[in-house]
Amino acid sequence: MVVDSGVADADRVFHALADATRRDILTRVIRSGMSVSELARLYPMSFAAVQKHVVVLERAALVSKTRRGREQIVRGEVEALRRVARLLDGYERLWRHRAAAIEEILEEEQ
Amino acid sequence: MTVISSTKDVGALTLTFVAEFAAPVDRVWQVWADPRKLERWWGPPTWPATFDRYDFKPGGAVRYHMTGPDGTKARGWWAITDIDEPSRLEFDDGFAGDDGEPVDPEDVGHVVVTLEAAGPGTRMTTVNVFRSAEQMERLLEMGQEEGMRQAMGQIDAILAD
Repeated sequence: MVVDSGVADADRVFHALADATRRDILTRVIRSGMSVSELARLYPMSFAAVQKHVVVLERAALVSKTRRGREQIVRGEVEALRRVARLLDGYERLWRHRAAAIEEILEEEQ
Repeated sequence: MTVISSTKDVGALTLTFVAEFAAPVDRVWQVWADPRKLERWWGPPTWPATFDRYDFKPGGAVRYHMTGPDGTKARGWWAITDIDEPSRLEFDDGFAGDDGEPVDPEDVGHVVVTLEAAGPGTRMTTVNVFRSAEQMERLLEMGQEEGMRQAMGQIDAILAD
């Protein structure tokens, strides 16, 4: 079902964003594409560990990889982040609805 | 009621919603502390909530359900993590199965509510940190679909006047 796969995708996005290093990688590659080895130099961890973080981001469709010669270039996918922003927008609408309902209760009591 | 701000942090999956009410802090606290008041506003549009269990104390367990227009029940639970009456409430919020018990105790959103005096009224800040996309999307689907239908109904009512 389309709805179910949508939820599974969103779960991968949430998992991917739950880590500070992955959020940092994402922030950098949204600005401009970087190779995995360039990214690996930025963090006090092994190339393999950085590679793993990139794979988690890739599974969540937050980044994509393209080959350039012997290098893999990692780029941020803006659309995936927009999707999270849309979910947060929906929650804002829910809270506006709740705040209006709270106001009604408070007014009745007066 | 005035919405002061609504701040979204996409990377941290956090929504901070700030509103002010023309009632003192003690009375705004009651819309959280009194489950009969809480159930009148917690559910999304046309999905009223019923609180079946409400241990309003730190470490307290809460069980509730929301009933949709066709009678469908969506069950939820809270674990109250902190209460400092009448200014602060913190809890985890998750979906429950048909037995009313948590589907996955780790699959929760965390909510921090802060009330403070703002002149004669009250400023209420709610910080929602999401860990579960499933919970977020499910609740929004409930609210949006029905909210849209309700909005259309209101437009119809205005046009019929």
